[in-house]
Amino acid sequence: MTTTQALPRSVTPPPRARRGRTPGARLWEASPLTYLALILGCVLSVFPIVWSFIIASRDNSAVYDMPPTPGGMLFENIDRMLANEDAAFLYGLVNSAVVSTIVTVSVIFFSSLAGFALAKLRFRGRNGLLLVIVLTMMVPTQLGIIPLYLMMVELEWTGTLQAVIVPFLVQGFGVFMMRQYALAAVSDELIEAARLDGCSTWRIYWNVVLPALRPAAAVLGLLTFMQTWNEFLWPFVVLTPDTPTVQYSLKILSSGLYQTDYTALFAGTALATLPLLVVFLVFGRQIIGGIMEGAVKS
Amino acid sequence: MSSTVGAAPPRRAATPARHRPQPRRSSYRLGRWDLKYSPYLYVAPFFVLFGIFGLFPLLYTVYVSLFDYELLSGTREFAGLENYRVLLADAQFWNAAYNTVGIFVLSTVPQLIVALLLANLLNRQMRGRTLLRMGIVVPNITSVAAVGIIFALIFADRYGLVNWLLGTVGIDPVAWRDNRYASWLAIAFMVDWRWTGYNALIYLGAMQAIPRDLYESASLDGASAWRQFWQITVPLIRPTILFTVIISTIGGFQIFTEPLMYGHGMVRGGAEHEFQTLAMYIYEQTFTGNAEYGYGAAMSWLLFLMIIIFALINFALVRRSVKGEQK
Repeated sequence: MTTTQALPRSVTPPPRARRGRTPGARLWEASPLTYLALILGCVLSVFPIVWSFIIASRDNSAVYDMPPTPGGMLFENIDRMLANEDAAFLYGLVNSAVVSTIVTVSVIFFSSLAGFALAKLRFRGRNGLLLVIVLTMMVPTQLGIIPLYLMMVELEWTGTLQAVIVPFLVQGFGVFMMRQYALAAVSDELIEAARLDGCSTWRIYWNVVLPALRPAAAVLGLLTFMQTWNEFLWPFVVLTPDTPTVQYSLKILSSGLYQTDYTALFAGTALATLPLLVVFLVFGRQIIGGIMEGAVKS
Repeated sequence: MSSTVGAAPPRRAATPARHRPQPRRSSYRLGRWDLKYSPYLYVAPFFVLFGIFGLFPLLYTVYVSLFDYELLSGTREFAGLENYRVLLADAQFWNAAYNTVGIFVLSTVPQLIVALLLANLLNRQMRGRTLLRMGIVVPNITSVAAVGIIFALIFADRYGLVNWLLGTVGIDPVAWRDNRYASWLAIAFMVDWRWTGYNALIYLGAMQAIPRDLYESASLDGASAWRQFWQITVPLIRPTILFTVIISTIGGFQIFTEPLMYGHGMVRGGAEHEFQTLAMYIYEQTFTGNAEYGYGAAMSWLLFLMIIIFALINFALVRRSVKGEQK
């Protein structure tokens, strides 16, 4: 805090990279046909989600009825789904919240730290390390899943939450994203001024750089949270039904109930999707901005 | 000895106080150390953790693939290339490879083309821009497991939504699981539903960086909007297209959750493995009680090679065809 106050003139809002939209050069107006096509695309995108919520609200005898209109059984279905002890859905929800939060905080922290160093500090081997990080984004880590599992067996971590947290604490994509943002958002003069004031590198990171990186950190956090929440294969491999994540609970529900109790199952998919939908509705603009700036994840 | 070591930290902690008359020197020394080494300290967590949990397992896969694991005794025996030899003669492996490539092609080609067209539509002045973009990308934020469950019902053989729709226009119901190609189509549709809007936004981001005056001069030359799209837009965002092609290849070949949930959570992937992918077969061999870690690792490694080969092929294909448009 004191550092920031000591440098009032240098603390300018980050020069956000503007894409396109230069004054004078105007975009084409969208034609009615364009609107029609896009609205059709939106309907196709939203329909399966809405439809699954509708089924979650129906009675089992009416699952297949057309047209799809909502019924009044939503809370009964949710109760019945939560009562399924094999799936332990509530426990799965809590576990997913814990895992996603820890992974998100860690990814933001380590990514901003490394991104700051790679963008703003001079040291031998910097460009080589940056290249390695970009390459790690291309590595299909899922293919190392068998040795990773054997490692977890050795560590006796199978069936515990740290098995789905620790391997995901860092992310090459995050480092790269923060590095790109730090290049534009943090000026060298600002860092020099902080150094002359006697700030250590850590203080510069914590008091100067991290606040400047906040917008990018928010986007990275949102994307990481959603990705971790939706992670399926690895939790399915390394966890047990006693400690499920929400996706694992869904899997248990779907194998146990699919022939008999569709509405309870869809109450589950609705509840598993709802937290993400809320996040998306609140932060949609930032998430879209993040994707458009090349926030590519596989 | 041990007492000296134990006493050291407090003494060092007291050092700044004792040297209070000249604090400059110690902070200068600290500053030099800080300047020289702290960058490495800051990037180290990434490299250490990625090395342990990302790179090492991937490379160790090769080593594991050379062993034959005994489930009952819990021991393993060196087997050389035996796993690979058996694998190349394993009909179910080739079946899974066939399914994986088939689903990949069926999903990726339409997905990226439609994404390009969508991005082009989004790249103009309009009302409700954010809302339309959100609507198109919302499938991407739903969970894969939930999507699989939902689409399993949409493509149910009896009473499914798609068969019902087909019925209203007089088409016979399709066996969405017993027919191999129908199952591929359904799974590809699921993948496209989830990823088309996402890729469209990536393309849109790239398209907005294209200077407008390029289009203006093309309009003056009388080029139609369609021609402008293929001759200006697409060639100029080629790096982004290539990037999405590579990413889609890496992701598409590892497809697991969609076909798993489509088959009601069964790793078999249909009664006759009609839609069992390589990732599912690896899982079946390794984690369903078989514990054939060596065999699964060999398959993982072959899948890795396949990804590299297909990524290179796709890269070359797209680069050539997009360049062709530029002439």
